[in-house]
Amino acid sequence: MSVQPTERRLFGAWNRTLEPIRDARGVPRWILWAGVVLTLFFIIMALTAPWISPYHFDQYKDAAGHRFPKQGHPSSEHLFGTNVQSTDVLSRVIFGAQTELKVVVLAVVVALAIGLPLGLVSGYFGGRLDRALVLVMDALFAFPYLLLAIVIAFLLADKFGQGVATAAIAIAAVYTPQYFRVVRNHVISVREEPYVEAARALGARPRTVITRYVFQNVIQSVPVIATLNAADAILTLAALGFLGYGIQPTEAAEWGYDSSRAISDAGAGIWWTGLYPGLAIVLLVTALTLLGEGLNDVLNPVLRRRRIEPVTLQASVGEAEVEM
Amino acid sequence: MARQTTSLRTYALTRLVLVIPMVLILLTLVFFLMRVAPGDPVSAALGGRLSPQALAERRHAAGYDKPILVQYVNYLGDVARGDFGHTITDNRPVTEVIVENGAATFELTTAAMMVAVVVGIVLGLIAGRLRDTPVDVGIRLFGIVIYAVPPFFLGFLAQLFFGQKLGWLPTSGRASPETQFLLSIHTHFFLIDSLIDGDWAAFKDCFLHLILPATTLGLIISGVLIRLVRVNVLQTLKGDYIEAARARGLGERSVVVRHAFKNALVPVVTVLGLQVALLLSGAVLTETTFNWPGIGFELVRYLNNRDYIAVQGIITFFALVVVVVSVLIDFVNAWIDPRVRY
Repeated sequence: MSVQPTERRLFGAWNRTLEPIRDARGVPRWILWAGVVLTLFFIIMALTAPWISPYHFDQYKDAAGHRFPKQGHPSSEHLFGTNVQSTDVLSRVIFGAQTELKVVVLAVVVALAIGLPLGLVSGYFGGRLDRALVLVMDALFAFPYLLLAIVIAFLLADKFGQGVATAAIAIAAVYTPQYFRVVRNHVISVREEPYVEAARALGARPRTVITRYVFQNVIQSVPVIATLNAADAILTLAALGFLGYGIQPTEAAEWGYDSSRAISDAGAGIWWTGLYPGLAIVLLVTALTLLGEGLNDVLNPVLRRRRIEPVTLQASVGEAEVEM
Repeated sequence: MARQTTSLRTYALTRLVLVIPMVLILLTLVFFLMRVAPGDPVSAALGGRLSPQALAERRHAAGYDKPILVQYVNYLGDVARGDFGHTITDNRPVTEVIVENGAATFELTTAAMMVAVVVGIVLGLIAGRLRDTPVDVGIRLFGIVIYAVPPFFLGFLAQLFFGQKLGWLPTSGRASPETQFLLSIHTHFFLIDSLIDGDWAAFKDCFLHLILPATTLGLIISGVLIRLVRVNVLQTLKGDYIEAARARGLGERSVVVRHAFKNALVPVVTVLGLQVALLLSGAVLTETTFNWPGIGFELVRYLNNRDYIAVQGIITFFALVVVVVSVLIDFVNAWIDPRVRY
């Protein structure tokens, strides 16, 4: 006995997934790696926040009980200065990474958990259920996403308070239709493929066909959308926070909320309270976008440019780039 | 030819019929979302400020003591008649809010769209033409980064730099108080109103107030356009007719400008329309950042005052805008590209 069949299949699938990433060259490779490095930077920042942050996110007094300066200029004690509530801007930026990632991961998981199965079933079986779901999802999708998130966050706030869960559900409501649409459309195109038909002809039950053949195929487009959606979700969360419907400042540090408090500082020339949380948003969103774009360039065969290793008969034959 | 016109008409009619379920679903969604909220709209907005008896009277007058399905049917009927209700907190007809503050939003978003189109198309064409050169990488990066910038952050930087540091441009409101006081209102579009009166000082004042918000919102939307135009140029440059044009010995300039760019811009029209959701969402943030008294700014204010009727009315209006725009885009699409009609 060498390798179990399932194990081999998993291993093979893993290798097949990684292959295009290893093969990536040029700009897509660069974009992908920039995204990976930047995203990792934020993940590490979020995980180590309690240790690397100079203060706690809602701390406004030092150990001796002295109040921090209000809107204090960046200094050696407060590298990024302090804000109008006398809290340390650097600490709020660091703890903010934790909040953003928590909400976004939760939101993407919820959206996937609803959108993926609905899309699979709707696309595979079609019919009346499909038409009804498409109508509802299209209506949700057409709606200005921020308004939808605001209204849901606003309504949930009364029941569940303004915390991570409320924000995550509001954001998930925005992105569920996207997963549904992508998965459904993909399923419809895969449904008629010869290998799916073959499986049906062999007498496989719908359940088997969906989980074995359709799902395996459709799942490949999910990482790209999930990453790009995560980038969007950060922006939506920050926007909710900015408008006052995100996370309560006492519950966690959130960059959007901090930005909203900073707007009135601009007129007084106080730049540090708004600059750092804003930059953090831009960097994290850019990181996730680069990651998603990179994955898309690398995984999507339509866009992929693969370097064909030349069969070198003579040393003088150069490398040829062939567009696939 | 005759056949084509009939099929276009058939397409338009089918599309119009399909609007009905879409509108119904959106309205139903809005209504029931707003009713999930605990308490009725009247006590939510005015609770604690009026006696229980007065509250009950207002509730009865507004029909909130009726069964929810009756309220739902009444709501649909009101919307069909163009009645979006009266705000509870300041007793304005919501239609008035839509007209007055909607004009401000329309002014802002139109200007922003112009900025976005100019920046997006120019940069997108250049990037697509110069694929994989440092220029392309730079423009792509700009597109990605600008998309990642929240409107309030760009607005903050703009206020800090052009408002506070250089003191060149105003950072708040649609006009300075004296202009706003003296300006006679015809259309609620301040730029147009000042032109009607031939008041150039007022026009300049309103224009200066528009620059920062419109550029902020426009630049952010341009990110999407850059990407789209670039990809379209790449795709059209691969087309057979490009090769044919080259084979006919046309100059590179003519091939790229006359054949590739023109075709690359056709899908932009439709995608522009799809940006309405992004535009409206961005407008809410930009208006709040710059104290621009648009409809998004009012929405946030009414939300904070827990005025459900105002919120419901404004959201209903947004939903209708989205539907109308999507229908218009489909028409334009069908007109440009006959394949869509089938």
